[in-house]
Amino acid sequence: MSEIAIDARGLTRRFGKFVAVNDVTFHVAQGEVFGFLGANGAGKTTAMRMLIGLLAPSAGSATVAGHDVEHDAEAVRRRIGYMSQKFSLYDDLTVQENITLYGGIYGLSNAQIAQRTHALLGRIGLEHARTELVRRIPLGWKQQLALSVALLHEPKVVFLDEPTGGVDPITRRRFWELIYETAATGTAVLVTTHYLDEAEYCDRLSIMVDGAIAAMGTPAEVKDRFEATSLDEVFLRLTRPGAA
Amino acid sequence: MRIILFLMRKEFLQVFRDKASVFQIFFIPIVQLLVLTQAATFDIKSTALAVVDEDQTTVSGGLTQRLEGGGRFRVVRAQPTMAGIERALLDREVTAVLRIPHGFEDDLVRERHAPLQLQLSAEEGAAAGIVLAAAQAVLGDYARELGSLPGNTRIVRGPALAIDTRGWFNPSRNYKHYMVPALLVSLTTIIGMLLTAQNIAREKELGTLDQLNVTPITKGQFITAKLLPFWILSLMIFAIGMIIGKLLFGIPTRGSVPLVFFAAAVYLVVALGIGLWISTFTSTQQQTMFVSFFIMLIYLLMSGLFTPIDSMPPWAQWVAQFNPVKHFVFIMRSVLVKGAGWETVARPLAGLAVGGVAILALAIRKYSKQAQ
Amino acid sequence: MSAFSGFVRKETYHILRDRQTFWILLLMPLVQVLLFGYAVRTDVSNVRVAIVDPTPSTATRALAARFAASSRFQVMAVYPTTALLDAGFRSGTLRQAIVLPRDAERLMGGTGAVPIQLITDAADPNTGSVMQAYATAIIQRWFTESTARPGGVRFDLSTRMRYNPTLESVNLFVPGLIALVLTIISAMMTAISITREKETGTMEMLLVSPLHPWAIVAGKVAPYVVMGFANVLLALGAARLVFGMPMRGNIVLLLSECLLYILTSLALGIVISTQSSTQRTAMIAALAGLLLPTLMLSGFIFPLESMPTPLRLLTNIVPARWFLLIVRGIMVKGAGLATLWRETVILFGMTALLLVMGARRLAIRLD
Repeated sequence: MSEIAIDARGLTRRFGKFVAVNDVTFHVAQGEVFGFLGANGAGKTTAMRMLIGLLAPSAGSATVAGHDVEHDAEAVRRRIGYMSQKFSLYDDLTVQENITLYGGIYGLSNAQIAQRTHALLGRIGLEHARTELVRRIPLGWKQQLALSVALLHEPKVVFLDEPTGGVDPITRRRFWELIYETAATGTAVLVTTHYLDEAEYCDRLSIMVDGAIAAMGTPAEVKDRFEATSLDEVFLRLTRPGAA
Repeated sequence: MRIILFLMRKEFLQVFRDKASVFQIFFIPIVQLLVLTQAATFDIKSTALAVVDEDQTTVSGGLTQRLEGGGRFRVVRAQPTMAGIERALLDREVTAVLRIPHGFEDDLVRERHAPLQLQLSAEEGAAAGIVLAAAQAVLGDYARELGSLPGNTRIVRGPALAIDTRGWFNPSRNYKHYMVPALLVSLTTIIGMLLTAQNIAREKELGTLDQLNVTPITKGQFITAKLLPFWILSLMIFAIGMIIGKLLFGIPTRGSVPLVFFAAAVYLVVALGIGLWISTFTSTQQQTMFVSFFIMLIYLLMSGLFTPIDSMPPWAQWVAQFNPVKHFVFIMRSVLVKGAGWETVARPLAGLAVGGVAILALAIRKYSKQAQ
Repeated sequence: MSAFSGFVRKETYHILRDRQTFWILLLMPLVQVLLFGYAVRTDVSNVRVAIVDPTPSTATRALAARFAASSRFQVMAVYPTTALLDAGFRSGTLRQAIVLPRDAERLMGGTGAVPIQLITDAADPNTGSVMQAYATAIIQRWFTESTARPGGVRFDLSTRMRYNPTLESVNLFVPGLIALVLTIISAMMTAISITREKETGTMEMLLVSPLHPWAIVAGKVAPYVVMGFANVLLALGAARLVFGMPMRGNIVLLLSECLLYILTSLALGIVISTQSSTQRTAMIAALAGLLLPTLMLSGFIFPLESMPTPLRLLTNIVPARWFLLIVRGIMVKGAGLATLWRETVILFGMTALLLVMGARRLAIRLD
């Protein structure tokens, strides 16, 4: 059960002289919800893009779902799901059409697609909007739809980049319920967020500052180490200039 | 493969759902074809001529009459001096000026030959040659006429040149027959290439491409799925255009029409493939359209559609060999207008096929899911 | 005002940072001027011609020699019969053929008709006519001189080509190319650039800023004015230096007219952008409404005089048509404002009209 889902070692990415991700090492186990925290521009998205095979590392390596992200990228892609920060489903297609498309891409049979569509839409309460154009449904539902599509093919690892950005608290809650349900089935979940209250929901987390990991562990461990009562405090301390 | 079908279905859904787009894609080429064909002709109707008759004699008057009578010229000005002629040429009031110098008739009677001066506004180049030839024809006839006039002191009879001019393949000199296929090719190419290139650029810009890149879709599948839908659409536009050409303009179909369609199918792979290739190194729609337009402009203007390839300098003709539009235009014209067959088009067709494979391979290679 | 200049600066950075587009914007038109100046010719040359001569003689051989001597023609073969003509024409290896009669020399010594057949590939009627004209001229001259008898009447025609003595294609193409390039840069790119803000949703953000909508549009459009102008300078420079294209008129007038046309194109681009909701629609609208008409209906390639009347009337609303007249007039003929005032006023009028249209539409859409 504690099979390693994500194993990053010394992951580094440079853009010219600028080092966006600096020697990042961590691992995530199957069934774990791992939070990737940090301010905007700290390097979270860049690190994630390397893990999902969209960006080649300048140095270091990583294994996701047992395969190397740089040299065995196709195997990785078959086993992961992804939800990007910017909404990336087709807003000129209907809900159903988007799901069918990705179902087909991941090799699900028509029957499987039908069955899973029903299940997923039911879970997020979007059944009524099945034939609506995605551009017409509210943001909260769009995000949930994107999550559902990411989970459609039952991947081993799911990457969520700021999934709850701009969404109301109730929807956020429901989102995290979905995340927990997914993790409970053994899927590893890597979530980036800059909402520190969400960080408390994670099994383990890391805080990135200027491309490097400044703190890592369970929420309790991190708070302990920095003698803080909230992750907020930890975060402020780490990002204030001159922090240890 | 099944994945490709799923992707293609998405493309078709997107295109046909956008009403404005559908209207444009099908309607615009047709309208353009109908309207622009009328424009495409070089027939000089009649030239505005100024005759400066400094001689003012019967013979010189006769010349003016002959020029007017032929229909090729419109004598807009007939005056005894060159006053104001420069202005007239500058203002485009006249395109040609014939100056009959003083002593014209005398010279003819005494010496049997006399000088004439013709000025042509060569502003627009090619037309000047035709105008000159027309003028020479009139002069030649008049000279012969004068030489065989009764009452002439010495009647000299000589052989008469009878040139029988034949125009093959297009006896009616119908320019539309030539231009409709050409325009059709232009339009189909422009729309097809643009749509294909812009399609990927749009996905990049909107961010939906990332979502696709994260899936196990292979590069080959992706490129194929981006190519096929627009290839089909372009062929449809081509077919509609051909039908209109036949029904409305009566374009000739002397050769094998299936052969033309086959060639079109191969050609479109190349043309759209170029669009795909362009989109692999651009990141916004604006860039893509910009690059596409310029490349297309070069292809179109150097394809023999509007100006003859034979007239280009050797190095340009060599470069034109790499222009797929040139080959397809050649195939279309040879087959439709001249009724040529396989032997003539085999080589250019093979060239297109090779080009298609090459450009697709390039596009697939260049397309990378993983940024470096 | 500082908000506006800040905005313009941002737009300029956009373009400058977009290295690809920047270099393409600058280089492509230059490349095209050079390419078309050297490569594209509207006149005919290298015409592959065959002569069918059943009874070769001194006189008939002289005809072949004349054609061979002409730089316009290439004598491919002299055949004894017409047997091979069909295949030659069909495959395109032959464009013209002159069929001489049997015993041509004897006929030319007599007083009857000498029938000579001139066959031209008229698939392209235009080049066909021109080829025919040139070939006819050579045949006539050969005939007259070969059969010259004392006593025949002859006109000595001297010809002078005005404004373009060598019929240089570049003089015709550069103005047209400039118009085309400006259309693409000023009109299309503007339309696409504005529509892009709409499509990606950033337009709304701009609208809630303290900038007036017109300032937004002006700011978006300003860099393209500069780019368009830079292109004009480059293209004219290249045409002048490399091809020695004449610059007979006033250069200040020329550049002012170019600036005017840039504004006309911009206004057109703005109008198109108000009608389009996505970049794709803007693109195709610009294509249909601008590029093709500019290419076909402006007099760039096809002479306006040859068009049927209804179409000729239509060309009056194509701005490029007027611009071409102006540029050709100034550069090739050395015309001044006195001659060109009418065309200039028309362009002014079009610009004003389009700007008003654009303003109205913009106001409606943004509400």
